[in-house]
Amino acid sequence: MTASRFMAIQQALQPDWFQCLSDGEASCAEPTSIKRARKSVDRSLLFLDHCLRLQEESEVLQKSTIIGVIEGGDVLEERLRSARETAKRPVGGFLLDGFQGNPATLETRLNLLSSVTAELPEDKPRLISGVGRPDEVLECIERGVDLFESFFPYQVTERGCALTFSFDYQPNPEETLLQQNGTQEEIKCVDQTKKIKTTSCNQEMTSFEINLKEKKYQEDFDPLVRGCSCYCCENHTRAYIHHLLVTSELLAGVLLMIHNFEHYFGFFHSIREALKSDRLALLKELIRRQAS
Amino acid sequence: MATASPTSLESAPRILRLVSECSRSRARAGELRLPHGRVATPVFMPVGTQATMKGITAEQLDALGCRICLGNTYHLGLRPGPELIQKAHGLHGFMNWPHNLLTDSGGFQMVSLVSLSEVTEEGVRFRSPFNGDETLLSPERSVEIQNALGSDIIMQLDDVVSSTVTGPRVEEAMYRSIRWLDRCIAAHQQPEKQNLFAIIQGGLDADLRATCLEEMTKRDVPGFAIGGLSGGESKDQFWRMVVLSTSRLPKDKPRYLMGVGYATDLVVCVALGCDMFDCVFPTRTARFGSALVPTGNLQLKKRQFQKDFRSIDPECACPTCQKHSRAFLHALLHSDNTAALHHLTVHNIAYQLQLMGTIRTSIMEKRFPDFVRDFMRTMYGDPTLYPTWATEALASVGITLS
Repeated sequence: MTASRFMAIQQALQPDWFQCLSDGEASCAEPTSIKRARKSVDRSLLFLDHCLRLQEESEVLQKSTIIGVIEGGDVLEERLRSARETAKRPVGGFLLDGFQGNPATLETRLNLLSSVTAELPEDKPRLISGVGRPDEVLECIERGVDLFESFFPYQVTERGCALTFSFDYQPNPEETLLQQNGTQEEIKCVDQTKKIKTTSCNQEMTSFEINLKEKKYQEDFDPLVRGCSCYCCENHTRAYIHHLLVTSELLAGVLLMIHNFEHYFGFFHSIREALKSDRLALLKELIRRQAS
Repeated sequence: MATASPTSLESAPRILRLVSECSRSRARAGELRLPHGRVATPVFMPVGTQATMKGITAEQLDALGCRICLGNTYHLGLRPGPELIQKAHGLHGFMNWPHNLLTDSGGFQMVSLVSLSEVTEEGVRFRSPFNGDETLLSPERSVEIQNALGSDIIMQLDDVVSSTVTGPRVEEAMYRSIRWLDRCIAAHQQPEKQNLFAIIQGGLDADLRATCLEEMTKRDVPGFAIGGLSGGESKDQFWRMVVLSTSRLPKDKPRYLMGVGYATDLVVCVALGCDMFDCVFPTRTARFGSALVPTGNLQLKKRQFQKDFRSIDPECACPTCQKHSRAFLHALLHSDNTAALHHLTVHNIAYQLQLMGTIRTSIMEKRFPDFVRDFMRTMYGDPTLYPTWATEALASVGITLS
């Protein structure tokens, strides 16, 4: 895959926005060597410049916007260099690559993230790949990220689960939590298992969801989430979804995906509202209480 | 032979209103009046075995114009079970389907899962494939489950033998089906809400079938199904049994031909006097990447569709044909995304329902024979390619194909 080949594909696709070709190798190897990080930044800038030139020459791509990719692994200097240099180019936005991984690594990378976004212009969007858990999303937003991918609700669906976490930040978050998650006993259960469940991989079930395959949902005639206005919650019950999963019916995934998208988008809506009314801290606290 | 009272059911409601009849053939257009609304006939009923239509939502199915579909008592009786469904306000409530439902009795599984079952006068003994438990499906139990499911039309438990079986077993099954019909009638708790249909058996033996027809039509049920066909028998034998059946079944009650779903079969059997049909074919074939069209089918996985940007059928009004091209579906079929299966299921159901709609319109407009001729020409091209059985069957009811 060369820059030319890459741009030829973009010409065929005619996207509104596209992420530029970059070298993200540094982020895969742990720990990152400074040399490798430097190389990834250099290469990525070369790719970017080449792609920008090719874009100039292409009539078809005049309406498309290139997103510059910030690389550099876990090496602060290289990250800063990547940010500063990329910001000099006429890109429409920035993608922060290499921050995906497990919750443990994200913590150390969050500091890196703050430093990086500080170097980027205020008036251009910042995208991040590989971050999808609600608690992690909020951490990134606090550090200047604007756009996220939707693979998280998809993964939840694939494991037969439904997002049920509350994002309704009321002055009394405790009450809302009870409302969303059902009984008092369920909350206690979550607290107890907090210590047991050490998710080392994002693929495992999180505390933001329920597993519809569990026997307890067999006779549960409530919707997935009370008050949710998605097609699934307005028309179907947990018992029905459970049945569909147990019988391996295709409709299970369809209905769960509809709900999980709606729920996740609802979460983002609440984030925007919280930011507008300066109540992000409340939302963050609510989400934190539901994280395991 | 024990004689149960055949009229323990009060005079059965006349649920079929005939609107138009073909003056040449036996084709009829009508309207079923069922607890969950009216259904135009002739009608094709998609099969939603486990309380779902293979990946498409109730809303999508409704939007396609479906007003009656099938659920399977055998499957639902095992998972999730009648007690749970009853708690969910019946099968309608459980799957949130506002229109009509027809449940079969579970008898067909006797043929398809015969290695797991044993038939006696009592009923059919199954071994559950899930937990190994033995269950007895008797006429009473089948009706009990179907009462719990609350479907608008329920089927008697019949003693089903494969149409390829010959000898005394066929006769035994036929007489037993009559006895089981009477037991079902006696056990039926909700005749006002659910319409119990009889199922004519007798295999491919004209005498046995005639006997079955004579006996079962003495029972005052709201409708009759023609069973025991659509197995491995030859089409030649098949149509003769259908014609025999429709000639002896009352005109003012619906005739449900079970397991028939290929387009040609539907057209011919409407001509022979049938009103209702069901088949897994359209939904099953969709999941193999096959789209139904007036000229047969398109195997969309094939290379030839890679750059074909036309819709499956330019005349089709379904959402798939409105939005997507063959090329797109081809690409989807070669990815690990299951979306193509949903699109094709939608289209194939639409195809079947649209076909029945055009059949019905042609009957009402008194041009059914011409419709049949056009249909055959489109499907087969050259008259020399017309299947012999279809030509003969149609000729037997006065429709000649030039």
